Amino acid sequence: MKILVPVKRVIDPYVNIRVKSDETDVETENVKMSMNPFCEIAVEEAIRLKEAGKAEEIIAVSIGNQSCQETIRTALAMGADRGIHVLTEEKIEPISIAKILSKICEQESPGLVISGKQAIDGDNNQTGQMLAALTDMPQGTFASKIEIDSDKVKVTREIDGGLQTVSLNMPAIITTDLRLNEPRYASLPNIMKAKKKPIDQKSPEDYGIDVTPRVNVLKVIEPPKREAGIKVENISELVEKLKNEAGVI
Amino acid sequence: MTTLFFIEHANGQVSDQSLKAISATSQIDGDVHGLIVGSDIDSVVAEASKIEGLSKLMHVDDDSFNNILAENLTQLILNVSGDYEYFLAAATTTGKNVMPRLAAKLDVSQISEIIAIEGPDTFIRTIYAGNAIATVQTSDPKKVLTVRPTAFKSAAMGSSGCEITKINAENMPSISEFIGEELTKSDRPELTSAKTIISGGRGMQNGENFELLDKVAEKLGAAVGASRAAVDAGFVPNDYQVGQTGKVVAPELYIAVGISGAIQHLAGMKDSKVIVAINKDEEAPIFDVADYGLVADLFQVLPELEQAL
Repeated sequence: MKILVPVKRVIDPYVNIRVKSDETDVETENVKMSMNPFCEIAVEEAIRLKEAGKAEEIIAVSIGNQSCQETIRTALAMGADRGIHVLTEEKIEPISIAKILSKICEQESPGLVISGKQAIDGDNNQTGQMLAALTDMPQGTFASKIEIDSDKVKVTREIDGGLQTVSLNMPAIITTDLRLNEPRYASLPNIMKAKKKPIDQKSPEDYGIDVTPRVNVLKVIEPPKREAGIKVENISELVEKLKNEAGVI
Repeated sequence: MTTLFFIEHANGQVSDQSLKAISATSQIDGDVHGLIVGSDIDSVVAEASKIEGLSKLMHVDDDSFNNILAENLTQLILNVSGDYEYFLAAATTTGKNVMPRLAAKLDVSQISEIIAIEGPDTFIRTIYAGNAIATVQTSDPKKVLTVRPTAFKSAAMGSSGCEITKINAENMPSISEFIGEELTKSDRPELTSAKTIISGGRGMQNGENFELLDKVAEKLGAAVGASRAAVDAGFVPNDYQVGQTGKVVAPELYIAVGISGAIQHLAGMKDSKVIVAINKDEEAPIFDVADYGLVADLFQVLPELEQAL
């Protein structure tokens, strides 16, 4: 079985986000970039399934500009086998990403697609579900546990208030939540080895997908700033303020 | 122009999150129809039919909808989707699971977790976990939206119900199956819907000490959260995590205890109405966003706080 893992390059989660002064976007020039944390979890899970003998090959896909190759290399260094890079300079939306991925699914016929539940830049939380719709596959979103049992996969999902378990016919789409695993760091020898692993370069046109945005970003602004409040001396002053000034207890 | 809103319910009541999110539809022209699913839900259907602004309520009474599967609910909405221009749901785990699947089936983009409506095709939403706010305009003919409940006030209930029609669950895909559910048994509210949250960080030192937070939470009817540092250190499970990679919350009152205030934690809680920080390091960045700061040893003041409440 093949596992397809889409990976996204995003601003590193520990970088302070700055909005551009012209209010068109956030600043991405000279900012540290990383693999989206939920995608790292997806790569890790695919590798664990391969290590457990449930999968033979892991394909990492990234869609975006030239530097997405680095993100694919990171996945290869963690343990993915080969990469597909769909090169585009366009700011590409989840529906277009899902359409490209659905074409890749047609060509590669993976038994599972494991993706992050959302990217921490756009916070959309859409691509996996959209890919499932376009391929008519079942979806196990926000997964915290995955068990493959012949032609079905049992997915434990993080839902509001607890956990839900569903059984999906394979092929299926799974999106990862935080508790699924702790992603490994790539070792130096594996980083060296990853340089020799193949990455196919493609374009959206190769898949016949029009990636023209449907959603136009009119403005990006900073959220209202919070001013630091006051310091209280002790608990009784705190409780008094919360009761009488803020009225929240 | 007609809007279809998917209404969730639990324990015989319309969910608070749906009630809040549905009030966003008052800013969209045209009729609003509701859809509610389950079996033996006559009383909650009657309740939902009284939500102000609804002109029609469709309901499915079918055992297979006691537990919602995205594949089936998407098909059900598609079955009735014909004339609707807007499709809305609360940005709950169900809404987030189903609405993008629906959008892709309709060949449109979805707009996630809107916090305001600017115009018929223009919406405001947060990106980068709330570190930036984007105004977006869609050119799609049909609009599929999820609504962040904390950004809207609950819809009022009218005195009489709207028209109710029953629809059938037809053409269900049968590619997935519900196995079970394990809901956290707690008298406490859930993190994402709690009015008060008390969270602990690395300063708690170990998992046992979270009991100090539990005791205060009990008095306040609060949910207990944690910073990523506390989760990484193994004090508490990952589902406690508030932050950019955990849960994004906006309660009335957020009490941060022994949390320094790393960017990625602030991103998850800085929309809270009132923030209290308790930390022994007076230089901790958490004090920059706190309305009330107390520089103190948490092990001394948490029992005092429990006593004072």
